[in-house]
Amino acid sequence: MNSKLRNHLIAAPYTIWMIGFIVIPLVFVVYYAFTNDANAFTLDNVISFFNPIHFKSFVKAFKLAFISTFICIILAYPIALIFRNSKTKKSSFIIYVFILPMWMNGLLRIYAWLTLIEKKGIINLILSALNLPNINIVNTETAIILGMVYDFLPFMILPLYNSLMKIKDDTLNGARDLGANEIQVFTRVILPLSMPGMISGITMVFIPALTTVAISYMLGGGLFLLVGNVIEQEFLTTSNWHLGSGLSFVLIVFIFIVMGITNNFTDKDEEINIV
Amino acid sequence: MKKNLIDLSHISKTFDGDRVIDDFNLTIKENTFVTLLGPSGCGKTTILRIIGGFLKPDMGRVFFDGKDITELPPEKRQLNTVFQKYALFPHMNVEDNIAFGLRIKKKSEDFIKSKIEYALKLVNLEGYGKRDIDALSGGQQQRIAIARAIVNEPKLLLLDEPLGALDLKLRQEMQYELIRLKNELGITFIYVTHDQEEALTMSDTIVVMNQGYIQQMGTPEQIYNEPENAFVATFIGDSNIVSGKMIEDYAVEISGKKFRCIDAGFGKNKAVDIVIRPEDVEILEPNSPKAILHGRMTHVIFKGEMYEMLCVTDDGKEWLVHSTILHEVGKEVGVYVEPYNIQIMNKPTSEDEEAIDPVVYEAEE
Repeated sequence: MNSKLRNHLIAAPYTIWMIGFIVIPLVFVVYYAFTNDANAFTLDNVISFFNPIHFKSFVKAFKLAFISTFICIILAYPIALIFRNSKTKKSSFIIYVFILPMWMNGLLRIYAWLTLIEKKGIINLILSALNLPNINIVNTETAIILGMVYDFLPFMILPLYNSLMKIKDDTLNGARDLGANEIQVFTRVILPLSMPGMISGITMVFIPALTTVAISYMLGGGLFLLVGNVIEQEFLTTSNWHLGSGLSFVLIVFIFIVMGITNNFTDKDEEINIV
Repeated sequence: MKKNLIDLSHISKTFDGDRVIDDFNLTIKENTFVTLLGPSGCGKTTILRIIGGFLKPDMGRVFFDGKDITELPPEKRQLNTVFQKYALFPHMNVEDNIAFGLRIKKKSEDFIKSKIEYALKLVNLEGYGKRDIDALSGGQQQRIAIARAIVNEPKLLLLDEPLGALDLKLRQEMQYELIRLKNELGITFIYVTHDQEEALTMSDTIVVMNQGYIQQMGTPEQIYNEPENAFVATFIGDSNIVSGKMIEDYAVEISGKKFRCIDAGFGKNKAVDIVIRPEDVEILEPNSPKAILHGRMTHVIFKGEMYEMLCVTDDGKEWLVHSTILHEVGKEVGVYVEPYNIQIMNKPTSEDEEAIDPVVYEAEE
């Protein structure tokens, strides 16, 4: 058996998987997006993106995804940097504690947040006990952002930590040796060398945040329609698959644009195209 | 008279309760090529990093050009380091790497440009400015690392096993380059290596270290020809180290026979160690009048430039012999050593010298 044939045989299950569960569904999405009930070609579904309600849901989704991604970077970078510098056996353990929630079901994690922040939730119980004013953030954008950050933070920490770990101590010593103070070492060496990790973190946080359904639904109390919720409603409530597919198609195009922009920032040979 | 550039005074350093350096003192003169030579874990890199400012000594002071720089961070020291694995910035091209230090110092771009050109010329890599670091070979990367350091016009260049990752031929080439650079730049080099040949080739002064202590300091010739103790003798090249007795000045007893030597002042009938280099063991016909010891050849290995042989003398002692003349296995021979090739050393008295374990340095890297 020649090796080419063998490789094809080994790849066969994955090829079938890819076609069956990725390509064909996408073809369906595109088909529904550009047809109407009468199966005739139409652009109406895609153009309905400009419908104020839909457009607003896109804008809001982008806004919240952007804010939560930004917060994730701000939170994750110091943690990753501290662990990189500490270099003890403990630090890789603690890193795993940070990403431990990843192993739990996402819906459960959101429920946990709900019990924490609801009006009679744990946080308010504690605040009341301390005679402090209660917080009232459930069903607000703040709650959604909190949920997103909590849910996606590990996906920012891990790639950042990995890319920081790849920086050799002597590379940093070299910069110090050449006269750079600690701030200059950070801005001129650490930051640029951690860009691949940050970019993959951004893609792994921004895109799930952009398309989330559950977080906005549960922590936003259905008051905030993000694009994911709109699409979900079209499919499940109004059963308008054509409109849902049209909006999905627009969303996919946006995602490709985002990935195109972020990939532009990274080294050509880095392994970040994993999303 | 050359000025003192570096003065290390009573330096101690402990890692995790392990005392790596203890009361270490060393003075390095201006415009010399000094090599810290020793097995891994002997503390040579620790010393280099203390001079560079990357490690703080637990005790002791570091003086640079007469000024105490112990508390000065690395970026404020007038010296530059070439690291073991190049430590170039992978996200910058060759030019930007070389320009890094100058841009930090806010030099004008015209000045930087001329400096880059000068440095690339100095390391024989003209025209490589726009290349990516990944596109360079190990030797080229190391040259860029050197260029990146010297554009800052340091008074002192620290080199931490910079040739360790290169293959033999390239390493030898780079050794000559470094000697040339040192002469052209007129600055002080402190070079760390575990490779004795590298040290002998390049240095003005060699500092042999083991277990955090200086074993011997001197010119390459002194270190090779007059090792002060068994560690130095075995670490620098091959040698026969035998026990003997100093009968009187200029006469030593080896294997029960009297040899003339050129050392004096050890006292009478004093037990000593004797170092004889394998190339200095002369193999003669057994009936030669010069022969002092007698024995038989037991092993022969052809090494290219010479034969490496073993000769067992009548008292059962094994002698390592290097010679271009082949003496076949089983041959009865006479053995003679010229007086000036016999190096007498005191028997080790301190624990540090006795702690010498050949396995330590054979097992490294």
